[in-house]
Amino acid sequence: MDPARKRTVRLVVALSAAVLLAAALVYTSFSASSEARSPSQLLSSAQPGKTYQLTGKVVAGYQRSGTTTNFRVRDRSGNISVPVRYVGALPDPFRAGREVIVDVRKEGGVFVGEKDSLVTKCPSKFTAEKT
Amino acid sequence: MVAGRACLIVALGICLYGIGASVYGARSGRREWVASGRRAVYALAGVSLVAFLILQAAFLRSDFSFALVTSHSSTTTPAFYRATAVWSSQEGSLLLWLTLLSLWSSLMLFATRRRLREIAPYATAVLLGLGGFFAILLVFYASPFERTIGPVPAEGVGLNPLLRHPSMMIHPPMLYSGYTLFAVPFAFAVGALVARRLNADWIRHTRPFTLTAWFFLGMGIVLGARWSYSELGWGGYWAWDPVENASLMPWLTGTAFLHSAMIQEKRGMLKVWNASLVLATGVLAILGTFLVRSGILESIHAFGASTLGVPFLVLIALMTAGSVYLVATRAPQLRAEHRLDSLLSREAAFLLNNLVLVLLCVVIWWGTFFPLISEALTGHRHTFGPPMFDKLTVPLAIVLVLLSGIGPLIAWRRATVANLRRNFVVPVGVGVAVLALALALGAGSRPDALIMFAFAGFVVGGVGQELVRGVRARRVMAREPVPLALVSLVRRNRRRYGGYLVHVGMAVVFVGIAASSSFAHERDVQLSAGDSVRVGGYTIDYVRPTAKLVAAPNGRLERIDLGADMRVARGGEAPRLVHTERSYFPSVGPMLGPVSRFFEGESTSEVGLRAGLERDFWITVAPDTQRLDARVKEGDRVFTRADKAGALTDTERNELLGQALSGLAGSYAKNPPAATFRVLVSPMVTWIWLGAIVVLLGALIALWPSPRAVGRRVTAAYAARVGREARVPA
Repeated sequence: MDPARKRTVRLVVALSAAVLLAAALVYTSFSASSEARSPSQLLSSAQPGKTYQLTGKVVAGYQRSGTTTNFRVRDRSGNISVPVRYVGALPDPFRAGREVIVDVRKEGGVFVGEKDSLVTKCPSKFTAEKT
Repeated sequence: MVAGRACLIVALGICLYGIGASVYGARSGRREWVASGRRAVYALAGVSLVAFLILQAAFLRSDFSFALVTSHSSTTTPAFYRATAVWSSQEGSLLLWLTLLSLWSSLMLFATRRRLREIAPYATAVLLGLGGFFAILLVFYASPFERTIGPVPAEGVGLNPLLRHPSMMIHPPMLYSGYTLFAVPFAFAVGALVARRLNADWIRHTRPFTLTAWFFLGMGIVLGARWSYSELGWGGYWAWDPVENASLMPWLTGTAFLHSAMIQEKRGMLKVWNASLVLATGVLAILGTFLVRSGILESIHAFGASTLGVPFLVLIALMTAGSVYLVATRAPQLRAEHRLDSLLSREAAFLLNNLVLVLLCVVIWWGTFFPLISEALTGHRHTFGPPMFDKLTVPLAIVLVLLSGIGPLIAWRRATVANLRRNFVVPVGVGVAVLALALALGAGSRPDALIMFAFAGFVVGGVGQELVRGVRARRVMAREPVPLALVSLVRRNRRRYGGYLVHVGMAVVFVGIAASSSFAHERDVQLSAGDSVRVGGYTIDYVRPTAKLVAAPNGRLERIDLGADMRVARGGEAPRLVHTERSYFPSVGPMLGPVSRFFEGESTSEVGLRAGLERDFWITVAPDTQRLDARVKEGDRVFTRADKAGALTDTERNELLGQALSGLAGSYAKNPPAATFRVLVSPMVTWIWLGAIVVLLGALIALWPSPRAVGRRVTAAYAARVGREARVPA
């Protein structure tokens, strides 16, 4: 095979492999990811059994019983909130008013947090936008 | 404060002048302007260091007239942490960035002041451009020298308790050093492309800085992982958080560059690839800084919403567009001098290793930015969880470890069957032996971990074989005893053997990661004093609760510690006492009462840790403070009434508050409610930290100048002096 043709074949093979890998990555990503939702979005459209990533602020007055914590998460700017039941250790910075991210699944009227999915924003670095 | 602000304005002026002087000097060929541009970098280092020291002094003496000191420090913050609080803020960390960038740039430009004459002026302009960008942010967007609004308070908010860890002194400066040092090869690559001086000279001269950047960034990442493991109270060391990923991406492309640069140096190949890699690494380093500061992605570590996102985006766009333009327009000069002779060669192994590293970086980039990409495509944000990251990266990491074993063993240009047989039999044998051992120890349930162990054995076997052969050869040639032969072998080729040691260290790190993530036992459990539980072969008894009030050296109340003494035993071993506690720091929230602020503020876990080569025992406690609520509220009412009546002096109030809190702590210890514990038994975590130390040693060996290089420099300096003196009339 002449060198120019060989180079073309190599380029086509490499590009095809790259396109295949990229397609596999895109497909896997969408099929295995969870949608990020605010409490108000979750209230209006959550389907039972499907996993969502809930983002919002912890409402004051959460209750702990053993390793289970029941709390409400509200919109960042707004008062609409959803009830969350989370089993497991809470991160150290977990407090009322703090921003949290947690993977949840709708079970009845409650959103059940997945194990070890709860993260709280580090308050040392979180500052509101300066206007 | 005024002096600090003035320093930053002068720094901005210096950057603008230096860029102009360097570019004019390079274009006109007037070396005095080039030298002036270089001196501008030294001056930038001087003024930014002065600004940094002014801010540092304000933190150390708790000068609350500085708004930044008020919001990030307090008189109860220990002096060690007051020193580190400077870079806990957005503004302070930007100033640290500028200071480190200017210091490292000065060092590089001083080292190359008589070399790379065509490239250095453009590199100087790029470095000053980056410095100027940070100076603009510090002058116009995030000034660290703002005055506190209103009367100067007697006390500040304090450093976040989560940041009160010895790593705070070294982890951020290491990460920032890594990021800023990667600016050096980036700038010199741009200089080489602009000046069209595209041989391997710029790679050779910037190599110590690239390696140091790689070393600092890597150590910063490991220290962050260690900090997370021992302080954050969740038991992990890596969470695939966007900010963690942001530090890993430039490290991966930097690793790829360190390997592929060898091929350009030795065989004049991969010039486009190398230029692209080093430019991408520079852009990724800025991208990491952007991610922490823009609030664009949800991250536990991010600074949150701020106004810095747009300037960073503009800089990243400029750097990317400029890099693409330079590589595209210089493509004809970047043509390889040789072609790949065979797929069975060291060059091919290095190339494959590069592809895997870049693929890892692409996958991590994709996962990190997937929320934004998916939102653009579908209108909804989708996110990756850690399991997805693991699924995509673990196979690539396994291939990477295998290639790091193959690289040192395979011949340059073309490997023969004899070469393969001679070099691969022993390492493969070691890999198979490790595989058999792991199977015998019951690791068969996790094939991915099993393969990783075997490949790590192969890497160690290969490096061991190379060392044994080298030592044997030295003994035959120089008749040296084994220890001396080993030292002289490494001394004569520090780069090679330093690199081998880094490979061994990384293999050990990967063994630790594979074992601890595959075979850990974790349990969240509620226990009352006297209760027992079994986790991962350990019997754990909750012996007694502990409670104490801690005052700062100035007498102010600093925190309450509520904890637990646990008796821990495994098999026939003698039981040992392990202590864990949670520290509660007072909040400064104006709506909270004087007593309840101690229970509604920040809290941090002090992990009870028994680390060992085989496994770590790790435990944290979350005390239930609800039983104290009624007494806390009563205390609030009493103190609020007394405050309104003005019945107490500050000293009396502090004393009485101390007594009240001591009473509460004592009541918790006497009549403790059940507490929640997280117990983790994790095998071989210590191997990660030990592997990192081996990597550190290897990198230091590779960085140390070889005696021949020192000799060459001394000879060159002597020749230059003789030349100069010969021209000077006696």
